[in-house]
Amino acid sequence: MRSLSFAACAIALSASAAHAAGHGACAEGKTLEDGVLTIATGNPAYYPWVLNDAPESKEGFEAAVAYAIAEKMGFAEDQVTWVRTSFDEAIQPGAKNFDFNMQQYSITEEREQMVDFSLPYYTSAMAVLTTQSVVDKGIAPTAESMKGLIWGADANTTAVPMLNEMIAPESDPLLYGDNTDVTAAMQANQIDAALFDLPTALYLAAVVVEGGVVFGQIPADRAENPDQFGLLMEDGSALKECVDAAITELTDSGELAAIEAQWLQEATGVPVIE
Amino acid sequence: MRQRSIRIAAGSTLAVLLAIILLVPLAPGWAAVKRSFFNAEVFAQTFPGLLNAFLLDVMIFAWCAPAIALLGLAIALCRDVRAPALFPLRLFGAVYTDVFRGLPVILVIYLIGFGIPGLGLPRPWNSPYIWGTVALVLTYSAYVAEVLRSGIESIHASQRNAAICLGLSERDTMRFVILPQAIRNVVPANMNLFIALQKDVALLSFIGPVEIFRQAGVYKSLFANFTPYVGAALIFLAITIPATRYADYLMNRQRQRRT
Repeated sequence: MRSLSFAACAIALSASAAHAAGHGACAEGKTLEDGVLTIATGNPAYYPWVLNDAPESKEGFEAAVAYAIAEKMGFAEDQVTWVRTSFDEAIQPGAKNFDFNMQQYSITEEREQMVDFSLPYYTSAMAVLTTQSVVDKGIAPTAESMKGLIWGADANTTAVPMLNEMIAPESDPLLYGDNTDVTAAMQANQIDAALFDLPTALYLAAVVVEGGVVFGQIPADRAENPDQFGLLMEDGSALKECVDAAITELTDSGELAAIEAQWLQEATGVPVIE
Repeated sequence: MRQRSIRIAAGSTLAVLLAIILLVPLAPGWAAVKRSFFNAEVFAQTFPGLLNAFLLDVMIFAWCAPAIALLGLAIALCRDVRAPALFPLRLFGAVYTDVFRGLPVILVIYLIGFGIPGLGLPRPWNSPYIWGTVALVLTYSAYVAEVLRSGIESIHASQRNAAICLGLSERDTMRFVILPQAIRNVVPANMNLFIALQKDVALLSFIGPVEIFRQAGVYKSLFANFTPYVGAALIFLAITIPATRYADYLMNRQRQRRT
């Protein structure tokens, strides 16, 4: 039995190696280390993008997408290594310690002047995270009704300009360094509501914030600048064309949509903000 | 002789400056560093917003400074009480300064800024502005108290004895004899603390208020560029350098008076 499974493994390995050889030409010599694809994620990497802060397990949307892209680029699973970076490390000038960086980076024109982004691998709706006690006070899912709330957001995200454009709160929003601090402020009743990308908001409402509710969403096609996530690379990265080719292939074949369906829950039930 | 040393000083300063100006751009990464730290376009777009956000820093400083001075004085007096019955006050003063000087400011801000409002205070009493201010005041008054105490202890015991001989009460001795001299002695040291406070006000951004440091962080994130931090640094320097010079001037004047 054991030898049989060994044989199966060997066949699988040689198959994936053969598969890899077919695609590998593009990325050859363009990675930090020959034959190894170094991917960066956040520290910690958050659910549902990466489960249990363990991207190696391939569990979670971004972890799964990363391995799918790696495969299309001709890297087998064991040729992928992970490193961790903060946002600031990813955009600092000088040599990078990753081939591409994947942690829900929104593609924007301004950022594109400093770093390279791949084609988008996910387009996110934005969503309003709040608590049941705020909802009970009687707010409606309209920008008008939510203007009077005290708003919070993660300062490092594109939620900040989005908040000012779409909701235009009456009092200045409070901004925090990370998700944890935003939810701490919500728990302390210092803010009423916060704007996140939808998958993050669903997770925080379900698991982190006591009495948390995802009250409304702004679908990507409604926003002026929809929130599209791309892989971040060094400006002028030679790898960009290979990554883009891999993402195009995944998108066209429907594999990307399948991964999305597997790891990101549908947000039916969340009303659309008018 | 004096002219010659001035010439040499000017020459060596110029040489160092030239070396920096000529050599730094030769570094291979200079173009990239310049683009992400000294980007004129980003600077122009973000500087007005940073200036605006700096107003909040000034406001926080303005209401913290008097509170710190008062609480610092109270703690220093606690540590100086001599009546045996009031020993608990003395003990409180010692424990207070030990604890708040021993903790990083940011930790106190987090604990008080999120912790106390988390107890369920109603609005507006759970505002991060209030509790952030409390955290800064608690921490800095511990430092100011120690500085004031050193000032009080620097006044020779004969002053106290003389005041008692004149028939002043212990309270009046402190108020009219010791404190006026003590406070004057430690003005420069306190100036340094207030310069440090000007910068630490930015730590309040960790619990929500969008002051200059946070605003610079937002711009950094939107532009993927560190230039806004440089802009913020310039604004801080524009305030702290004159303040530092003024503290130096006070210190010099005091030294000259003593000699």
